[in-house]
Amino acid sequence: MDLSYTPEEEEFRARLREWLDKVLPTLPPKPSPADWPARRAYDLGWQRMLYDAGYAGLHWPVDAGGRGATPTQHLIFLEETENAGAPYVGANFVGLLHAGPTIAAEGTPEQRARWLPPVLRGEEVWCQGFSEPDAGSDLASLRTRAWRDGDDYVVSGSKIWTSHAEVADWCELLVRTDPDAPKHKGITWLAMPMDAPGITVRPLRTLAGSNEFAEVFLDEVRVPVAGRVGAENDGWRVTMVTLSFERGTAFVGEVVACRRVLRELAREARRNGRWDDTPLRCRLGRLNAEFRALWRLTQWNVSEAEQTGGVPGTGGSVFKLRYSHARQELYDAAAEVLGADCLDLDRPWVLDRLSSLSYTIAAGTSQIQQNIVAERILGLPKGR
Amino acid sequence: MHFQLTDDQRALKAGVRALLAGRFGREALRAAADRPGVLDRALWRELGEAGFFALRLPEAEGGVGLGLPEAVLAFEEAGRALLPGPLVATHLAAGEVAGAATGETVVTAASGGLVEWLTEADVVRGDATGAVPLVSVDPLTPLHRLPRSPEASPDVFPDASAGVSPGISAGVLPGVSPGGSAGVSPSTSAGALPGGSAGVSPGASADDEPDPVAVLLTAAEQLGGAARTCELAVEYARTRKQFGQPIGAFQAVKHLCAQSLVRVETARAAVYAAAVTVDPLDIAAARLLADDAALRGARDCLQVHGGMGFTWEAETHLFLKRAWVRTQRMSSNTYSDELLAADLLSGVG
Ligand SMILES: Cc1cc2nc3c(=O)[nH]c(=O)nc-3n(C[C@H](O)[C@H](O)[C@H](O)COP(=O)(O)OP(=O)(O)OC[C@H]3O[C@@H](n4cnc5c(N)ncnc54)[C@H](O)[C@@H]3O)c2cc1C
Repeated sequence: MDLSYTPEEEEFRARLREWLDKVLPTLPPKPSPADWPARRAYDLGWQRMLYDAGYAGLHWPVDAGGRGATPTQHLIFLEETENAGAPYVGANFVGLLHAGPTIAAEGTPEQRARWLPPVLRGEEVWCQGFSEPDAGSDLASLRTRAWRDGDDYVVSGSKIWTSHAEVADWCELLVRTDPDAPKHKGITWLAMPMDAPGITVRPLRTLAGSNEFAEVFLDEVRVPVAGRVGAENDGWRVTMVTLSFERGTAFVGEVVACRRVLRELAREARRNGRWDDTPLRCRLGRLNAEFRALWRLTQWNVSEAEQTGGVPGTGGSVFKLRYSHARQELYDAAAEVLGADCLDLDRPWVLDRLSSLSYTIAAGTSQIQQNIVAERILGLPKGR
Repeated sequence: MHFQLTDDQRALKAGVRALLAGRFGREALRAAADRPGVLDRALWRELGEAGFFALRLPEAEGGVGLGLPEAVLAFEEAGRALLPGPLVATHLAAGEVAGAATGETVVTAASGGLVEWLTEADVVRGDATGAVPLVSVDPLTPLHRLPRSPEASPDVFPDASAGVSPGISAGVLPGVSPGGSAGVSPSTSAGALPGGSAGVSPGASADDEPDPVAVLLTAAEQLGGAARTCELAVEYARTRKQFGQPIGAFQAVKHLCAQSLVRVETARAAVYAAAVTVDPLDIAAARLLADDAALRGARDCLQVHGGMGFTWEAETHLFLKRAWVRTQRMSSNTYSDELLAADLLSGVG
């Protein structure tokens, strides 16, 4: 058991800090959360800066254009960028954390050469077209159809809750290529260009008032067979690769951010007098324990990944379950600190409180994560 | 950063588990529960010979010379086995009280308004004046209640509203000191305490600021208990059948088990990290998470066992009762909450 960092890791941290100190003051102000095109431009600009400085795709393998950094270095990167208040991955989320790593692991050399560099250079944005109106938790029952026509697949159906669909260039799309096979066996993973004819994107308004996700209608959209990652009908296995990346390190920076928010909350409580309320103060203390523990759990998972060669383990589900609820509790505590001001959308944390409601749903609901923990970690029998 | 256990640490943990399984298995546990208040002296000496109490004592002083992380692993195993006796107090007394390190002397401590195993102990640390026996809810932990001293109230945090008090700011303890500074009275023998009202040592009151190491070792025991109740729940859920299938196939049951594991793993990360940093704030956090994992783990385990869970026969109640006892040791949870709250207004951490 050792929590100290090696001299190389400390040097990596120091150089990164130095660079952040230099570049962050030069950044333009963050665009409004409602203005997606501006956010896309902002997020891509930040990715380009990372690329130029040699920090793009830190955790990607070297032969995929990444830096082949160890999980610990990646942890340091996420910790330092968040501590410094650097921009979040934002619109680059799917490209950097899902589609990129999946193509790096499962793609052909041509596919890697076509798709990976633009993600790293901040030139192309990806979205995730997995969920459908009738296939959410039961993702494998998806019905969007694709059939071969020469060198193309022709795709018809619809996707929903597709984050960033409005501003994406590519979509990691799951389609059914064999409707007669058992549901997990007839799925294929495709890279679909979002400007192809037949695609209609209809933004959906979230409960926070923003257009963060959309419905995507697909009407005989032609996707070149060259865009298929993995074999035809082998898409479920590829999808599991994708999801393991999603649950791996996706929330590291956010834990750091939550710890900062908690400190800000305490200061606000002292300012407005709520700090004298003992139960509230104890609640904030308890949240401090919670987020400290979540940070330790992150370090535990990362050092485990380091031992197993960088593969994110099942610990991701344990973490996601605990973290998603803790984040909601954090912003509920914020509301208590704010008092009546928690009804004012212009106040800090109020919008975050609304956004936090998605954490127990997106990327697999808490109920589904509990099934995963019970069946895959604890070995309980599969139920209906 | 290699936060994972080293091979030596794994071996130590496995060794303690094997020792306890052999010497204090299920049968011994049940026998002990049916014979309340009697401490197995022979077992105590065997633990001493195995180095359980002298684990952190330097080799030059006849100890094993290991650190707090190793002690935490050993105490986790003790918690898992529900090993009875004032383990933490005796461990902390090694090197300070003659015979503690070897298990020849049983040492207990007055803490949090209670004393465990007062009549069986050879030495009491802290002031046990006027201690009166109570009927312990835990058949494996005899308890005495201490009279409340007017000047000391452990639950009141020094001026928390003013922000951070200098005495409890964040930071690493200066070395891992074995034991607190409470007065030691090797002369106070169990025999001198008829009715728990006789000889006591002068010196610091038990309600002083709690010894963080004692808090951490208790958290480690809670972690072990929590991990074990999770295992017991899962084992039962796999084998007990209703409606023609194992109850573990039902989601309601599955989710109780999954939540139990999530609490254990989060507490584990917090407890192990605190053992490495010895930071009072890490220790406070570890304690809160471990208490929660132990209490709720035992309750959920009981629920998963259904009617069986409500019997004396099932071990679950013993875990729950011991978890209750441990949450009352040292300071209250509120103290830890307040410590962590005060930290939020400090510049560090
Ligand atoms: C902000 C946000 C962004 C998203 N972004 C994307 C994206 O970019 N791309 C994408 O593909 N998807 C995205 N999603 C979709 C997300 O993955 C799904 O919403 C999620 O998997 C749940 O599916 P569902 O909405 O159909 O709910 P349902 O599956 O209908 O679930 C409804 C309720 O039933 C429960 N339930 C369902 N099945 C079970 C079961 N077997 N056991 C116990 N309880 C069950 C669920 O836990 C939930 O409480 C996003 C969602 C949100 C909220």
